[in-house]
Amino acid sequence: MPSSYTNPVYPYTHSPDQDSAQPVHHPVVIVGGGPAGLAAAMDLALQGVHTVVLDDNNTVSVGSRAICLAKRTLEICDRYGCGQPMLEKGVTWNLGKVYFGQEQVYEFNLLPEPDHKVPAFINLQQYYMEEFMVQRCMELPQIELRWLHKVTRVSTDDSGAAITVTTRDGDYQLTCDYLLVADGANSPIRDSLGLQSRGQVFEDRFLIADIIMKADFPAERRFWFDAPFHPGQSTLLHKQADNVWRIDFQLGWDADPEEEKKLENIRPRVEAMLGKDREWELEWASVYTFRCRKMDSFIHHRAFFIGDSAHQVSPFGARGANGALQGVENLGWKLAAVIQGRAPAALLQTYDTERQHGARENILHSTRATDFMTPKNHITRVFRDTVLDMSRHFPFARTLVNSGRLSKPCTYEETPLSTPDSDAFKLALRPGSPCTDAPVSGGNGSGWLLNHLGGQFNVLLRGEFDAGRITALERLATQLREMGIRLTILRVDAPGEPGAHTVHLTDHKGVLAERYDLLTAGVYLIRPDQHVAARWRQLDLQELEAAVQRALGSHLQQECAA
Amino acid sequence: MSQLNLEPNFSDPDAFYAALADLHRDRSAAASEQINARLILLLANQVGDQQILEQALAIAGQVNSELLHDN
Ligand SMILES: Cc1cc2nc3c(=O)[nH]c(=O)nc-3n(C[C@H](O)[C@H](O)[C@H](O)COP(=O)(O)OP(=O)(O)OC[C@H]3O[C@@H](n4cnc5c(N)ncnc54)[C@H](O)[C@@H]3O)c2cc1C
Repeated sequence: MPSSYTNPVYPYTHSPDQDSAQPVHHPVVIVGGGPAGLAAAMDLALQGVHTVVLDDNNTVSVGSRAICLAKRTLEICDRYGCGQPMLEKGVTWNLGKVYFGQEQVYEFNLLPEPDHKVPAFINLQQYYMEEFMVQRCMELPQIELRWLHKVTRVSTDDSGAAITVTTRDGDYQLTCDYLLVADGANSPIRDSLGLQSRGQVFEDRFLIADIIMKADFPAERRFWFDAPFHPGQSTLLHKQADNVWRIDFQLGWDADPEEEKKLENIRPRVEAMLGKDREWELEWASVYTFRCRKMDSFIHHRAFFIGDSAHQVSPFGARGANGALQGVENLGWKLAAVIQGRAPAALLQTYDTERQHGARENILHSTRATDFMTPKNHITRVFRDTVLDMSRHFPFARTLVNSGRLSKPCTYEETPLSTPDSDAFKLALRPGSPCTDAPVSGGNGSGWLLNHLGGQFNVLLRGEFDAGRITALERLATQLREMGIRLTILRVDAPGEPGAHTVHLTDHKGVLAERYDLLTAGVYLIRPDQHVAARWRQLDLQELEAAVQRALGSHLQQECAA
Repeated sequence: MSQLNLEPNFSDPDAFYAALADLHRDRSAAASEQINARLILLLANQVGDQQILEQALAIAGQVNSELLHDN
């Protein structure tokens, strides 16, 4: 098959660990160099935690996998230092067209919301995403990537984990304090530990074909319900980088995957869809059955499951890799805080509670989209088809049409790490929410608020405050630093000399004040993963310090060590 | 005159649709039919206004011509 992309080949390296008589010990070992494992390595590296990443392969993702990377993913990658090349290589579309049978029933235009650094999403093949991540990992001295090192045995208890790694030079052992398991949806490690990921399999098959289009084709997303060239089934067409287009053909449960994958069977379908004159070549085709499932707990002693090994979704709604990265950024700062002695080990348990919530939300959205596409019985098909038919004329019906919603990050409701609001704020943004971007000037000159947040605690404040309290805030930051807790103060629209812990920003467009409800004075405490921990109208240093400690889990019951 | 609202008005469209599908899960055709009838009556009472109900009835009646001759 022709290809628009050549997979990089990363060399096998022989590590001195392999020659040691005793198993060498590392603080953190990561199994799997997919999006989850690579992101975890970058997150920890930026906080000064060394990791070893073991991958059984020597390249990035092969074939048709993720293409839709959502805003939050791009923001996280931007913080890790690999977002820019993704933004440059990725493509966007604004115009979406929905067809039902012969006819286009409606179209929509996703006009980008202004004043955000990154767009709502981009389409980019997973191999590019991973390639840019690997490049960034190679720049970070805290990360050691070991290609063609396959983990074949894992054991763990409450004090650490021990693993066996198989290479062309034979087996070797490692021990670690924390093992991050990012070995993908089928996770042999999960199985070997007797753990399960549970949920539902959708009784349907999808042919996913990537084609290279020879000539320009409009950059729009087209979705057919009951496609005329593919009766009774849905079809999705959207654009990726390099003039590659992704086509998803719903096949139904009875389809024969081997037959469907053959070019002679794909060609007539694509011709019926694009017209006979259009020139294209098939790059990749595979048949999938999708499932939504998760583990009951993402933590097993010192093994932490991240990405698809922990939770898997059907791709409609693009919450797989996107959800993986939100999970990673949730775990990263907590693990660093525990390893570096800032927080009790009990903080780690909140990775599970907060991300179980995220995983449930992602599974819910993916399931709803899949159910809409594949009605389960006669009456739901009648409703589905009626919704589509009515969407032609009636805007209300369009809100019910679901061919996959944009992936959005969840808000950690009811997390023990947040301090509940005691003052009035009017926005949806609240304790537990990921921060929203806004244009700013000053500071590091990046021009964006999110580039000033994360990796440490931040206090964001705007408005008039007592000068004595501002000085005391600086002092608090110094005291916290002595305890190993980094906190940077972002003062908005109050020009002055940068303090040891203070950065001055200007909200020159007034967007920040609006998005954070800071037209009247207010203070936000923001976690290292850019989620809001607490906020007040007043600057009360005792409350602020208590909220920092709360966000670090100092109030959480220590699990009794077995 | 009161107007039937045809603009989006669901507070959570996806949740509504999922709940509707759940309601019909594992029901016989007769049960589904009865569920739909009950639902229409409940919602019609909630709407109340005869003018609006008549507009809704009129639109609902414009089904595809091929369906009209189904039996
Ligand atoms: C058709 C399709 C479309 C999709 N579309 C989207 C989308 O648009 N947006 C989105 O966000 N997601 C999408 N996804 C989901 C996305 O591909 C996954 O969620 C993502 O790859 C999960 O990343 P991961 O790192 O957890 O696992 P993986 O990407 O599976 O990586 C696992 C890694 O672990 C390595 N490994 C496995 N076992 C071992 C071992 N024993 N020792 C060492 N290494 C090991 C593997 O070689 C691999 O590199 C799609 C998936 C499919 C199939």
